[in-house]
Amino acid sequence: MHKTRNFLFNLYFGMFLLYLFLPLAIMGGAAFNNNKLPSVYPWKGFTWTWFQQLLADQVMWTSFRNTILVALAVVIIAVPIGAAAAILINSISGRVRAALYGLMVAPILMPGAVIGISTLLFWNKANIPPGLHLSVLGQVSYIAAFVMLLVLARLQSFDSALEEAALDLGASHAQVVRRILLPHLYPALGAGAAIAFFQSIENFNVTLFTRGTSNTLTVYVFSKVRSGITPTINALALMLILMTLVLATIYELRRRAQAKIEAAREAEGRRAAALEEL
Amino acid sequence: MEDLFRRYGHTLTFAFVALVAFWLLALVILPNLTLFEASFRPYLPVTEIGGPKDVYSLDNYAKFLRNPAPWNVFGYEVQAPLNVKTFLSTVFYSMIATFITFAFSYPLAYYLAKVVQPKSLPTMILLLFIPLWVSEALRAFAWYIILTFNGPLNAVLTGIGLLDKPIRWQQGVLTGYDAVVIGLVYSYVLFMLFPIYGSIQSLDRNQIEASEDLGAKWWQTHWRVILPHAKPGIASGSVMVFMLSAGSLLVPSVLGSTNSNWFTQTIQQWMLESQDWNTGAAYSFLYILLCTVVVALAMWVFKVKLSDIAK
Repeated sequence: MHKTRNFLFNLYFGMFLLYLFLPLAIMGGAAFNNNKLPSVYPWKGFTWTWFQQLLADQVMWTSFRNTILVALAVVIIAVPIGAAAAILINSISGRVRAALYGLMVAPILMPGAVIGISTLLFWNKANIPPGLHLSVLGQVSYIAAFVMLLVLARLQSFDSALEEAALDLGASHAQVVRRILLPHLYPALGAGAAIAFFQSIENFNVTLFTRGTSNTLTVYVFSKVRSGITPTINALALMLILMTLVLATIYELRRRAQAKIEAAREAEGRRAAALEEL
Repeated sequence: MEDLFRRYGHTLTFAFVALVAFWLLALVILPNLTLFEASFRPYLPVTEIGGPKDVYSLDNYAKFLRNPAPWNVFGYEVQAPLNVKTFLSTVFYSMIATFITFAFSYPLAYYLAKVVQPKSLPTMILLLFIPLWVSEALRAFAWYIILTFNGPLNAVLTGIGLLDKPIRWQQGVLTGYDAVVIGLVYSYVLFMLFPIYGSIQSLDRNQIEASEDLGAKWWQTHWRVILPHAKPGIASGSVMVFMLSAGSLLVPSVLGSTNSNWFTQTIQQWMLESQDWNTGAAYSFLYILLCTVVVALAMWVFKVKLSDIAK
């Protein structure tokens, strides 16, 4: 009974993975088809043309650079804001805390288009024209909330007595933050920076309304998909997918190595315990 | 607050408060107030802004109810304003997409949380995460390639004899929104899977075994034990997927056709094509208002609280 059940579950998982990956594979495969339209069918022979065209496309390179710059700016602004918000929220309680928390988390659920439009209108009133700087501000408004949640979770395991001890021993306020609070928060800040970076690269809705005439990679992909479709976009897709796969493989190998070390340590601990009993 | 002063001193506390104030005021509250205020003003040429014509009115909202057109609802012919039709279709098909992602995710979430060997779990989760890192634009585009008229799906289906001639999938087979729903489900299914997985994982395995020992059939165990426990995860996944679907601009733009308008596309047309930011603001405001109502209604029907979801 359990055997059939497990077989069915494994089958379902396999089919689900196929469902997730097959479309990506088809899209990647079309990058090598010598056909003016992006498709794997009909197959008209193997070619590298689309990769050459992509790499020669200046607009793609500018969009790529813009994407990276925007993402870095978002990280630089959103991480300090998110961390400060978490520290602040953590030190208050009651109704004010609930209200502030709600206000901070609300932008996550807000449709991206609305965030983009409200950012555009507000800064336009202050005579600041649209452009990628507004995209950065619009993205920070909800990405800071992700950072806040991560840092807040990490603060739960923080022992504030350490800060008391440092202060009693004559540390300055800056030293308390630099030597005690920040080192404890580093994992959360690192994770927050990574999430902020990838969320920013992914962002389309906020950017579309605030970008002015500048391009980012998602906007570039979108305009390519909508207008003059050529398989150069498949070439770009394939390169991005491969990059993701490489990163995921590195992550997995490191995780396995780590797990091995931990297993070895545990085994050693058990041996030591067994020896003691003797 | 007192505590912050004592620990970090005045300068640092002031810096923390300033950062948070900048975020909440300049990036969240004031932009939304501007949006709200702008939505009541008429769209005027630059020279007339602040002039006698620049008065508050509900005109922008009234546009929502203009242009009645015939609309076929489950076989009944009704007259409805074009924008209302677009809005209701967006809500309806977002709900369909949410339901399909739930149907896909639940068995998988249960499998990951209670059936799989804990040792192979991290690898499986990583495998599921990979497509999530590929840009949404490209995920929609992948389905565009599959569903296109001269594409692989039509080739396979006519090849094995299931179809006599190729179908225009993007025009829709059952409804005009088929391709859009396919794209939404594919793009957002993992936002349903992970919250449900998280909530099933916290269920004590003994409860499942107890229910089996007491003679419950497998579906009774799911219906009476596992589903109720997973409700917060299901609610949070549903809210996520619904809001993402209703707010998506990429998927309907890439996969839709002329008879599958999405409400975000209507807003985009006002903002970027007509350059009428005031009407765009009014529609945006209506949009958040109505989406909030839908989410609140769903939470009331399923009896979950916001604090359950935020977990």
